[in-house]
Amino acid sequence: MKISTFIYCLIQGIKNIKRNKLFSLASVGTIAACIFMMGILYSVIANFQHMIDEAKESVSITVFFDEGISPDKIDYLKGAIEKRPEVATVTYTSADEAWASFKKDYFSSNPELAEGFKDDNPLANSSYFEIKLSDASMQDSLVTFLKSSSGVRQVNYSDVTAHAITDFARMVGYISLTIIGVLLAVGIFLISNTVMIGIAVRKEEIRIMKLIGATDYFVRAPFIVEGIVIGIIGATIPLIALYFVYKEVVKYLLGQFHTITSNFTFLSVHGVFVVMIPMALAIGGGIGLIGSVITVRKHLRV
Amino acid sequence: MIVLNNVSKSYSTGAPALKEVNIHIEKGEFVFIVGNSGSGKSTLIKLLLKELEPTEGSISVNGKILGNLKRSKVPYLRRDMGVVFQDFRLLKDRNVYENIAFAQRVIETPSRVIKRRVPAMLSLVGLSEKYRSYPKELSGGEQQRVALARALVNNPSILLADEPTGNLDPRNSWEIMKLLEEINHRGTTVLVVTHNREIVDAMSKRVITLNKGVVISDEKKGGYDYED
Repeated sequence: MKISTFIYCLIQGIKNIKRNKLFSLASVGTIAACIFMMGILYSVIANFQHMIDEAKESVSITVFFDEGISPDKIDYLKGAIEKRPEVATVTYTSADEAWASFKKDYFSSNPELAEGFKDDNPLANSSYFEIKLSDASMQDSLVTFLKSSSGVRQVNYSDVTAHAITDFARMVGYISLTIIGVLLAVGIFLISNTVMIGIAVRKEEIRIMKLIGATDYFVRAPFIVEGIVIGIIGATIPLIALYFVYKEVVKYLLGQFHTITSNFTFLSVHGVFVVMIPMALAIGGGIGLIGSVITVRKHLRV
Repeated sequence: MIVLNNVSKSYSTGAPALKEVNIHIEKGEFVFIVGNSGSGKSTLIKLLLKELEPTEGSISVNGKILGNLKRSKVPYLRRDMGVVFQDFRLLKDRNVYENIAFAQRVIETPSRVIKRRVPAMLSLVGLSEKYRSYPKELSGGEQQRVALARALVNNPSILLADEPTGNLDPRNSWEIMKLLEEINHRGTTVLVVTHNREIVDAMSKRVITLNKGVVISDEKKGGYDYED
């Protein structure tokens, strides 16, 4: 397409929007509402995901060894565990380190009480691995592997936490996909209607264009531009609104709910918008493109 | 240039619009197509523009057999044929200049060519002074001249005029016909569908008469010998 033709189609597309102000405004408004809701949903999901990731980091498996296990055997086990894809990190804590940590946690106010164990580490057989998972849903298979490994005395893990997190993440995903799907369909339907009205309004002009010798794409392009522009405007407005809403809501939650916010952190505005801006513009433009292409194909026989 | 070979066209209702029509029009000819309502004149124009497909027979324009022409090539066929209608079909929200330039824009003509061609066409149809006027500010004759300028701006080899004087008074009708004659003298093949007996008789051009879809006469320097 020539640059002059591209500019012409762009101008005509924008003129279509102006000519068809009421319906264009209705479409922009509805797409803005859809994307605003999507944005809120995304902010919630992204923050949930962030919290889940933080929670997942706290999901760990502790492995205790058989009495008298050799350091070589421990090294071998560590290597075997680290090779597994669901494993993020394996940290070894020796019996002495375990006792030092215990003392720090429980005897820091009365260090004299710990003096009685000075030469007799009560956690002598409590060296362990702390394993962090990269995928909490794989906990079961890792536990089975660990239990069947020689040299392992005991495996401590939280079955409930891992499953709850996995299930919750899946449920949030399904619900949000359903809502987004419905909103997308509404957006496409509205754009399609707006473009259809534009085609009806310009019926005579289209007929003249066809008789003069305009190609299919030349007749169709302004309507597709119209759809995309409506979609992008419909995405930009809620992005601006969401920027301020997000900042204020996070500020409010941090100020009002100390108990929740002390356990979890929220994503920064940048952290949310670095994904949300391209996503919203692509969805807005995409809704516009799909809605207009469907309508133009159906109602514009050129 | 334009050849219709045993062309028939029936609509879905079954009524034949054209029956075994054979017409041969040479390059540079001026031809009137006459006949009463329902004689098939408009169907003939639509077939030439490939808005309709013949039920039988073949049509060729400038050596292109329309039946073999792919859909994507139809715009290029139409670019070589200017069309004017009884109701002018101007874009009401655009001024005279923009209406004419529109015909060039849709075929992606560069802006510098548009800026050169549109004033030339305005001068040809005698509307240089009114290039900023909107269609509603013009008389019927002036609107038809704009439509004519639009049809000619892309320099087509054929001009199809469907009842070009149908909405005009006698004075304006004559002005339009004079313009068509001048355009024909410049080498453009002109095909005029009309009801206007005085004009057809006075101009003494080739006249093809249709009745109920059949060519009943084709005279080199004919008159309007068909009774309405």
